[in-house]
Amino acid sequence: MKVLDVQSLVVFYGKINALKGVSLSVEQGQFVTLIGANGAGKTTLLNTVTGVVEGTEGSVRYHGKEILNRYPHDIVRLGIAHVPEGRKIFPELTVEENMRIGAFIMKDRTRVQALLDRNYELFPRLAERRRQEGGTLSGGEQQMLAIARGLMSDPELILLDEPSLGLAPLLVEKIFEFIVEINRLGKSILLVEQNANLALQVAHYGYVMETGRVVREDSTDRLRSDDAIKNAYLGIG
Amino acid sequence: MELKQTLRRIPTLLGSARAAMAAFSARYRMPLVLLLLVGIVVFPHVITGPYYIRVATIMGIYVILASSLNIIIGFTGLFSLGHAAFYGIGAYTSALLATQAGVSFWIALPAAGLVAAAFGALIGVATLRLRAVFLAFTTLGFGEITRIVILNWRSFTRGPLGIAGIPVPQFFGTPFTRVSYWYLVAGLAVVTVLGVYRVYHSRIGRALVAIREDELAARSMGIHVFGYKVLAFTMACFFAGIAGSFFAHFQRFISADSFLNTESFTIITMVALGGTGSIVGAVVGAVILTLLPEMFRFLVEFRMVLYGLILIMVIVLKPGGIVGVKGVFEKPKSQRKPWIVEKLTRKPTIPDATQPQGGTL
Repeated sequence: MKVLDVQSLVVFYGKINALKGVSLSVEQGQFVTLIGANGAGKTTLLNTVTGVVEGTEGSVRYHGKEILNRYPHDIVRLGIAHVPEGRKIFPELTVEENMRIGAFIMKDRTRVQALLDRNYELFPRLAERRRQEGGTLSGGEQQMLAIARGLMSDPELILLDEPSLGLAPLLVEKIFEFIVEINRLGKSILLVEQNANLALQVAHYGYVMETGRVVREDSTDRLRSDDAIKNAYLGIG
Repeated sequence: MELKQTLRRIPTLLGSARAAMAAFSARYRMPLVLLLLVGIVVFPHVITGPYYIRVATIMGIYVILASSLNIIIGFTGLFSLGHAAFYGIGAYTSALLATQAGVSFWIALPAAGLVAAAFGALIGVATLRLRAVFLAFTTLGFGEITRIVILNWRSFTRGPLGIAGIPVPQFFGTPFTRVSYWYLVAGLAVVTVLGVYRVYHSRIGRALVAIREDELAARSMGIHVFGYKVLAFTMACFFAGIAGSFFAHFQRFISADSFLNTESFTIITMVALGGTGSIVGAVVGAVILTLLPEMFRFLVEFRMVLYGLILIMVIVLKPGGIVGVKGVFEKPKSQRKPWIVEKLTRKPTIPDATQPQGGTL
């Protein structure tokens, strides 16, 4: 069963053609990664799926339902969470306030509390710092907060944009462990990463993007052992 | 040198005063609120001079205006420079209803709030998609347009003549006295502040603050950013309209002169001085900036200069305001002091002879 199905998606920023017909899909419970260099269009793809950027052509289906160019606030309600690039936590709000805004679409207080408890259990570090302002957290903690905040809407599909950005390697591994754990809990994941090495180790299936196009797709096992991929993205020849 | 010393100490002084005040008010919150309420009730019986009661009543109007503008500037982080226009729309609605249609003040008051809110929603829908600077310009423009319409639509607003003879409100047949005006405005101010407090601590308040902090992230959280901005605008304008209605029936004469853009700046200065985003701050700012000009009456027209100076000082030296925890003037995440403070407090760099010079290993 396909949770997310993107077909020949075309996106323009003014005259610049950022996506030139991209197709990609995420199966139920699958962990998919999208790798590629800077400017390949990875973030654009996520932003188009979440409705932040407008698509010109093609289709984005969520459980078979067309969602291209719908409002971001509607798309969150459907069950897609977006953990944006650069974390974008609310720096002057406390950890807990950040989390509660993540559950904004939910009106049932007991459910919000339950989600809060569950996410604190998953991220004990955040529980320790629940009264602290988001901006005072370390980079790794901020990334955890961004992910936890995304989980607060109890999504089925989570779109993660560069969670390793600007983090020390040890922290990156820690963050990836969380992502794997979240996937194990049954959430489908679409992970955009420049750290191809790590992304291909944890994900099930991978897409490789270059200048607005998907140039390769395969199971991550095969991508990892592919010489061309090794040379271009994994830095081992 | 003296001045430099004093300037240097302003931020720390304000900071420690703020910290002391915060600790004090957190500890004695309920007694303080009770004290305030008792003060409101006994005030006109202790200080009976008409001048003092009048100043206090004006203060009440400004508390409503500053608290409501705080929803827009402080919570949502939007720059509206046209708050006085909505205040004026409220005043004219109420005045015209009372003088032309003979509507009772008690009906004209909420009606003025609703009409101002409707204009707020309309202007909001038209302008809130704009980015910060452009929003500031368009709201400023709206303030000017409102003034020009009031001045020129003579058949409706009586133009520069203004509207005179606005009836004194009656309370079960007894006309209002100086003291009843005070009680009413105090009541309206308390209701406004409580209302703003309730909004802040609700889902709506959370959405507004999220928009202020990071619009894009707020959108990703499922917040209808535009809708909530319009809502914030509408709510704030409702209270401004109420304040306008009260003002019209208190002053009993209104003209465009009472609702100029300078009035908007006064209200903004109140919010900024008290602390953008702080509910108590807006009240404190309104109180200080109503009392201060009274004390500086001899400055007459130069009072605006004083406002400007205060605004600049606050932005440069204490972006958080007196009470405010954080201000919209403050760059988020930036721990850097404002340049002027940095410059004044920088220690002279004299090479330390005890430390080895040259490169590090």
